Amino acid sequence: MARPCAVVGIGQTKYKRQLPVTLDGLVREAALQALEDANLTFADIDAVVIGKAPDALEGVVMPELSLADALGAVGKPIHRVHTAGSVGASTAISAAVLVESGRYDTVLTVTYEKQSEGNATWALSGGRSGGQGAGGTFAPWIREYIRRSKAPEHIGWKVAVKDRLNALKNPNAHLHLEDISIEKVKESPMLWDPIHFLESCPSSDGAAAMVLTSEDKVSRSPNKPAWVLGHAKRTEFSTFPGRDTIRIQAGLDCAEALYKKVGITDPRKQIDAAELYVPFSWYEPMWLEGHLIAEEGEGWKMTDEGATEIGGDFPVNCSGGVLSSNPIGASGMIRCLEAANQVRGTAGDYQVDGAKVALGHAYGGAAQYFAMWIVSSELQPDFT
Amino acid sequence: MAFEPQENDIAIVGVAQTAAHARFDGPEVVLIMECVNRLLGDAGIERDDVGFTIAGSCDYLSGMPFAFVSNVDGMGAWPPVYESHVEMDGAWALFEAWLRLQMGDIDVAMVVGSGKSSPCNAREVFHLQADPYVVAPLGLDPDALAGIQARALIDAGKATEADIADVVARSRAAAAANPNAQVAGSVSIDELLAAPYDMAPLRAHDVSPKADGAAALLIARRDRARELTDNPVWITGLDHRIESHHAGLRDLTDSESTRLAAAGAGVADGAVDVAELHTTHAHEEIILRAALGLGDDTQINPSGGPLAGDPVMATGLTRIIEVAKRIAAGDASRGVAHAASGAALQQNLVCVLQEGA
Repeated sequence: MARPCAVVGIGQTKYKRQLPVTLDGLVREAALQALEDANLTFADIDAVVIGKAPDALEGVVMPELSLADALGAVGKPIHRVHTAGSVGASTAISAAVLVESGRYDTVLTVTYEKQSEGNATWALSGGRSGGQGAGGTFAPWIREYIRRSKAPEHIGWKVAVKDRLNALKNPNAHLHLEDISIEKVKESPMLWDPIHFLESCPSSDGAAAMVLTSEDKVSRSPNKPAWVLGHAKRTEFSTFPGRDTIRIQAGLDCAEALYKKVGITDPRKQIDAAELYVPFSWYEPMWLEGHLIAEEGEGWKMTDEGATEIGGDFPVNCSGGVLSSNPIGASGMIRCLEAANQVRGTAGDYQVDGAKVALGHAYGGAAQYFAMWIVSSELQPDFT
Repeated sequence: MAFEPQENDIAIVGVAQTAAHARFDGPEVVLIMECVNRLLGDAGIERDDVGFTIAGSCDYLSGMPFAFVSNVDGMGAWPPVYESHVEMDGAWALFEAWLRLQMGDIDVAMVVGSGKSSPCNAREVFHLQADPYVVAPLGLDPDALAGIQARALIDAGKATEADIADVVARSRAAAAANPNAQVAGSVSIDELLAAPYDMAPLRAHDVSPKADGAAALLIARRDRARELTDNPVWITGLDHRIESHHAGLRDLTDSESTRLAAAGAGVADGAVDVAELHTTHAHEEIILRAALGLGDDTQINPSGGPLAGDPVMATGLTRIIEVAKRIAAGDASRGVAHAASGAALQQNLVCVLQEGA
């Protein structure tokens, strides 16, 4: 039967371009930081779970093989997850399953991408998206969201500015745009109408890592744990007649299953901070609605009122989010570990005061893969 | 002694596989759909009855990043499903599904492995598994490294070229009874040894013929397994380990990671009637047999094994299916299935299967 699992170590590289560092160096830096945070060494690790987006992004097939040495995995199990853009969060969840199943006490999980070694937009333009890239796929859906919700066009600009201002507080963030403003965003080139250049995520390098451990081993690590209260994943087909690509059933189902597991009845009230996968600005209000945090058509009002700013009642992407750093394969894990940072009180200058319960989220493919988890400073928080 | 399953034990309750096609002209998703439909039909359950689905495949074989996304169409995802994917052989998907079911809240999982290698040059693709900075530029692909490994084995006095040819002759003879095999038939050791070298001391027939294919299985927790089948095949041990990527740091004539996985899975806890080994190069059988501690009383690769057909990314999962089929049919009571990844057996998975009520 499932047993509790907690995050006891977190490691992140900087997400700027890292040309002088090998893939091995990149993942090892994040892994060593996470181990140091957990006050453990590779010898304490029972299994490694690694995730990244398509192998073609760096041109290395099944990189768990060549990275096994750098990750201290020799003699151990190493497991490799790939679920498109959601992979970082899926990897965190798979690692949690290894612990919760009772088979492995302490698991190191690492995700990465090194976009400077390849051309991600080429890769993202292959296959199902038919040459249009991620922005080309999502732009018509964003337009449809705007039509349905009657959201004013400045909502996207506001998200773009908010996340970049948050990123100024995060030393790991790729983008540090000191002079970001609504004017700058709306005057930046239009890439895929209505998505401007500054409403899009950057191409980043970087690795993110966590150490997860079972309840009886938590006390080995001196720093505060983030308890994994629950996780959920849902997938639907990328395309079929009648598919609602705005209010996506898999996203609704995923959130519903997660809240039920954790015992959340009013997510806006009971969750203190959220890290949502927002690669294009408009996905903030879209996921607020798409994951049952706001009523249908009301998500953009939360953004407009400042509810999603640090200091608002539902802060979103205090770390700067995907809009400020996007090492694709790691981006979902960064959402999960930044949620953990918030409840451990280790989020530095972007800490939400007194955060006890936080949500980490990622999506992928044609907005068809969802992976979410909720972490807390307490194993059994009181939601009443 | 008969295995007495506990509440948290997991059994294989259904299996399906396609033929190992030298070239399948339809898309990969059709291969998957063929397996999934048969699996659900045989078990008499609906798609909704499956609580967790997980697949293993390799985008690079199709030359298309996110190729696995299309595979979801073959597995069913409407209404939305709880699902995941490993960029590994389907045997590793089974590993995660097996752990997931042990959490207790879900009682049936579906595991799929699929690969369509015919559109690509698989040897070129798997060359890209090598470390991109210092190994890949040497041209050291898995077949080349296999040749070096076979040479080391012969030099160490652990095998002869005739021993390696014997593995191929046995595989092909056994494959005659396997309708899914790609290569089968009687061939003598002398005929095999007369063939020219490819990656000396290996010859072309020592390398598995890459194929297009899929395999899938259903697993269930004890009580649900008993409802779904009269012949559950229990997974009594499952472990996998990796060793160094750098061949120079390894004893290539042994498989330390297989030994560790075998110990973790409890291979030595009982007699092994049958073993299916993921041997993509003939000499690997000799190394694996020693590392798994298998004696002459264990039947090795009665399906013919990968040397008779290698549906890449489904090959490891197929080993598990081949053992499970024999136990379910009552031809064996305990067996070992092995899956491998990487050059020269870098990563190995060992699964122990057993009969039991």
